[in-house]
Amino acid sequence: MTTTSTALLPGSTSTIRARPTSFVHDVSTIAGRALRAVPGDLEAVIPPVLIATFFFVVNIATLEGLTEGQIDGFDYTAFQMPTAILLGVTGVSRAPALVLDVQNGYLDRLLMTPMRRIAILLGHLVADVAIAMALAVPILVLGLILGTGFETGVVGAIVFLLMAAFWSLSFAGFGYAVALKTGNPAAVQSVFLLFFPFLFLTTSYVPRAQLSGWLDTVASFNPVTYILEGLRSLAIDGWTIDLLWGVIAIVAVGALSMSMCLAALRGRVAAG
Amino acid sequence: MHAITASGLSRRFGDLEAVAGIDLAIERGEIYGLLGPNGAGKSTTVRMLCTLLGPTGGRAVVAGHDVADEPDAVRLRIGAALQEAALDPKQTGTQLLRLQGRLYGLSNAEVDQRVSELTAMIDLGEAIDRPIDTYSGGMKRRLDLAAALVHNPEVLFLDEPTTGLDPVSRNRVWDEVRMLNETLGMTILLTTQYLEEADSLAHRVGIIDGGKLVAEGTPTELKRQVGDDLIVARIDGDPAAAAAVVGALDGARVVDTSDGALMVAAPDGAATVGPVAVALAEAGIPLRDLTLRTPTLDDVFLEVTGNRLRSDARPTSTDQIDEVSR
Repeated sequence: MTTTSTALLPGSTSTIRARPTSFVHDVSTIAGRALRAVPGDLEAVIPPVLIATFFFVVNIATLEGLTEGQIDGFDYTAFQMPTAILLGVTGVSRAPALVLDVQNGYLDRLLMTPMRRIAILLGHLVADVAIAMALAVPILVLGLILGTGFETGVVGAIVFLLMAAFWSLSFAGFGYAVALKTGNPAAVQSVFLLFFPFLFLTTSYVPRAQLSGWLDTVASFNPVTYILEGLRSLAIDGWTIDLLWGVIAIVAVGALSMSMCLAALRGRVAAG
Repeated sequence: MHAITASGLSRRFGDLEAVAGIDLAIERGEIYGLLGPNGAGKSTTVRMLCTLLGPTGGRAVVAGHDVADEPDAVRLRIGAALQEAALDPKQTGTQLLRLQGRLYGLSNAEVDQRVSELTAMIDLGEAIDRPIDTYSGGMKRRLDLAAALVHNPEVLFLDEPTTGLDPVSRNRVWDEVRMLNETLGMTILLTTQYLEEADSLAHRVGIIDGGKLVAEGTPTELKRQVGDDLIVARIDGDPAAAAAVVGALDGARVVDTSDGALMVAAPDGAATVGPVAVALAEAGIPLRDLTLRTPTLDDVFLEVTGNRLRSDARPTSTDQIDEVSR
């Protein structure tokens, strides 16, 4: 039994064949697919922003009086905004979607196309940068509404968003590494827990000078300390060396996470 | 001209040799069936030929290119529908096909054309614009097949394309496979554990067991290897005793005594079936039914491996038609 019409056979009216594509084409195609999936997966991106916004407002209400009363000229809203941004964008990635691709076999279909393997990863990462920037904007706007300014002006605000997005990307690399290594969604979700010690063993809530001895020592080894100080410098101090340290911290974490990520991709491809 | 060749193709996972040196030579335009039970090495072989898995030994050339040395060239020329439909459940059918087209470098106009042609071929109706997670198993299989065809591949791999499908969906897939081969001359390698599928679709069949190709030929050639007619006697007694009684008859050879049945090979089945019934009756062994049939691929599998491919194998409708026509 068949209902197939020979007039509609695939290829019967054309000589269409596959042809090699450019690297940019591959990456943009995968990034486009990842971004198109976001509206159907809002539960993965909205809660982090709501939580970050909640803590931003509550922390200001709780600690503003205490900190600004202790330190002359201290702007606690500007101080808190980078903490809220990092809380909002860290761990937001399409890595769980990649896990689903592994689980339902769609990754195999992608791997059978002539697309470069690395484009699968980079496409997702490009989408993550765009998503992180979009998520950081509402928190930034809230900070501006609450009275925070940018000593570095509009350019500084853009650099601020880019730094937040690239930090998100650097951290997301750990999620992709776990996704590709394990193919386990629970394992990917648990990667976010790694961020908590980094977020709390640093200057998230009070300046470095207010930290006690051991915590100050730990904070000095915590890359998030330098990222927060770099972000704060853009809002509070202007163009300073702190920005450079912040960038170096992001690059260092990113180098580590992306190395793990690429190793996991190679392992996944080799395992077939 | 060969579309697929393999020599000594092997794949080892630690201590397990999943594929143990397979040789293949599949002509362009041929449908080749790789028949074997679960774990025989069929899927591993296909994954190596599709460039998803690197061989640990031997080599394979697909569409003129070595799978290990020129995987990109191979990928441009092959399509594959793997054992589990490899689909993104959150996309619609149309979105999935469009994305496939873009990944194979098709222009927007070409993508439009192919999506239109393939949508008509798989006949999913309005469902093509619904999310894939709302599809039935058969619909997913057909969409998966369409995704494998977006770029008009020279060689198509189908890994157990009808496993888990109802008979109607299975027949549809068979029709589509035949159409692709007959109309476009597409070379198709399909793996299956269904005897009837291999018998019905494949021009040639390779029987794989324990990672090795143990027999190869057209279905007719393979059945001819078994040669004799087969008499199946279902009994209510001791199979060993029945085998001794029947085995003593001239021209009868007992080849299997499993599942309460005695399988007897005989050069002239029609002349032997009567003496078998009489011998069992005289020995006091109750006979429930007696069937005379031609060999099936399952019998071939038994002959070359010593095991049944499926414990519930029964004469197929095709075999019964063969028998009537004799």
